[in-house]
Amino acid sequence: MANMNIYELKEKKPYLDYLRLDKLPHIWCPGCGHGIVMKALIEAFYNLKLDKNKLSVVSGIGCSSRLPGYIDANTLHTTHGRALAFATGVKLANPELTVVTVTGDGDCAAIGGNHWIHAARRNIDITVILMNNNIYGMTGGQASPTTPEGAIATTAPYGSIEPNFDTCELAKAAGASFVARTTVYHYKQLIDLIEKGIKHKGLSFIEVISPCPIHYGRKNKLGLKGLYDYLKTNFIPIKAWDKLPEEKKAGKFPIGLLYHDDSREEYCEKYEKLIEKLSQN
Amino acid sequence: MGKVYLEFGNHACAKAAIRAGCRFYAGYPITPSSEIAEKMAELLPKVGGKFIQMEDEIGSMAAAIGASLAGLKSMTATSGPGFSLKQENLGYAYMTETPVVVVNVQRQGPSTGLPTQPAQGDVMQSRWGTHGDYQAIVFSPSSVQEVYEETIRAFNWAERLRQPVILLIDETIGHMRERLAEPENVEIWNRKKPSLPPEKHLAYKPEEDDVPAIPNFGEGYRFHVTGLHHGYDGFPTTDPKLVQEFMERIQRKVLRHKDELLKYEEYMLDDADILIVAYGSVARSAKYAIKEARKKGIKVGLFRPITLWPSPEEKIYELAKNMKCVLVPEMNMGQYVLEVERAVKGASEVHRINKACGELIYPDEILRFLDKFSPLTV
Repeated sequence: MANMNIYELKEKKPYLDYLRLDKLPHIWCPGCGHGIVMKALIEAFYNLKLDKNKLSVVSGIGCSSRLPGYIDANTLHTTHGRALAFATGVKLANPELTVVTVTGDGDCAAIGGNHWIHAARRNIDITVILMNNNIYGMTGGQASPTTPEGAIATTAPYGSIEPNFDTCELAKAAGASFVARTTVYHYKQLIDLIEKGIKHKGLSFIEVISPCPIHYGRKNKLGLKGLYDYLKTNFIPIKAWDKLPEEKKAGKFPIGLLYHDDSREEYCEKYEKLIEKLSQN
Repeated sequence: MGKVYLEFGNHACAKAAIRAGCRFYAGYPITPSSEIAEKMAELLPKVGGKFIQMEDEIGSMAAAIGASLAGLKSMTATSGPGFSLKQENLGYAYMTETPVVVVNVQRQGPSTGLPTQPAQGDVMQSRWGTHGDYQAIVFSPSSVQEVYEETIRAFNWAERLRQPVILLIDETIGHMRERLAEPENVEIWNRKKPSLPPEKHLAYKPEEDDVPAIPNFGEGYRFHVTGLHHGYDGFPTTDPKLVQEFMERIQRKVLRHKDELLKYEEYMLDDADILIVAYGSVARSAKYAIKEARKKGIKVGLFRPITLWPSPEEKIYELAKNMKCVLVPEMNMGQYVLEVERAVKGASEVHRINKACGELIYPDEILRFLDKFSPLTV
């Protein structure tokens, strides 16, 4: 298998059909989690048998946002923070399309924060995958809204003095009707949550912790193993989390489907109903 | 002739947009353009179109571009501060060759300025507002009738050349009620479709007219759109040859149609020895002043560009070279006059009247200038 080229591999791994193989190798650094997210994403697409012609993957700017270029679909690499605003236009203009946005912690939670909370409020049928690496990777390791307090970044050389967002709590509070968290270490769960998120009618928010060994890991002297061990030990499946005594929860996070509500109507469907109603008058 | 009635400028804009085939509007409230959004919210769902009030100006520009890529003729409208906010994504539309109409009902700036009194302060911003090089297409109507006609023209050119077209309306015109005669027939242009099947088609390969036949999302052509410089396949490139070729092409695709794009009015120019260049609402004051001045024997005429950009520079030069002088009255501190000076190339003296205080330029103010050239005083 080692000598097999990727085109031959496609026969054995049919989900590779969702990649633009000629655009590989990707730009991500060694040890970065983003490639794992991409593989989980195409496996989910494959499992759901999504029609590539009716699939749109939208991103903003940053490491995460290079992902759509590798996906064989209608792909849109937009401006910093604006993926969800562009995606809202795409989805509302053509609700037949399955729309997935991939974004990063800076792109989604800092510069794109407004579009994010309002897309959640509208409950528009878009799946948002936030690839959280706790840092601005592409610009060289600056602090982001998810950089933990005390962690070192190029713009926080003495340790960040800002508290960080819990993006799942924020998405839920803003109105997202499907909120999940996992990590690239929990690969099967990652595929499963992406599938569920895409199937869910309404805004699905999935935070995926995806380590950045080059900028975050190196600055904070965590090492590749340290970064992945952290995912293994500090991210607790929701059922176990619920049983965990409060004092043991510090520094740890629940993973899995944290919240979902199927009773809320989806935005585009509401708009179609309005059109239908007006056409009858 | 179609329906004739009294209409409000901003509503004429919304109605014309629907007539032109606009089926998507994303906007954010801002005076003096909000009535366009309100009218679109009312009209679009009735024709099966979509309206969305976005969370901000940036998002409105983004959503309009997204919807256009998904195949709908799209529009957004705003005013000064909002126009500033839209600039980055406006550049994205130039870069990704996405048709979109952006209406800016101007108000007095800078910043929050005078909400909401008239101004023409965004003339240069409409040309150079977003970073990098591109050819802006900007139309400036000076009546409610013209708002209707220019809105349709804006959609047509946006679709044909696949780029943003800006409609620069003065607050005065947007908020004016005036006679509107809806034309019975209007010419509607649509974006071209790819002629090759998906496996052979390159989304960003320019055709003979320098415009690529970019498919709509969902039509079976899977392709990539990016604000990075890109090759014919739409994927990022840093190849200097490809980048230079792209930069030249996006200028050329507009400039090769310059004659067709230019629209202007010439008023009492036959025997004129003084030329006024004015646009938008100021042109109305200029016309009044010209009529009065002519009673006194002052031979003055008006050149009124409706297409501000690309600029009718050759035409301005031809007219100006035989004039005693040129006067450019504007509701700003001197913007289009810079273009006029550039066009005139010293062939005639260029004077200006600048007013940027929220008041209109009145005919008297233009007349006072013209009086200096009256046969009685010369």
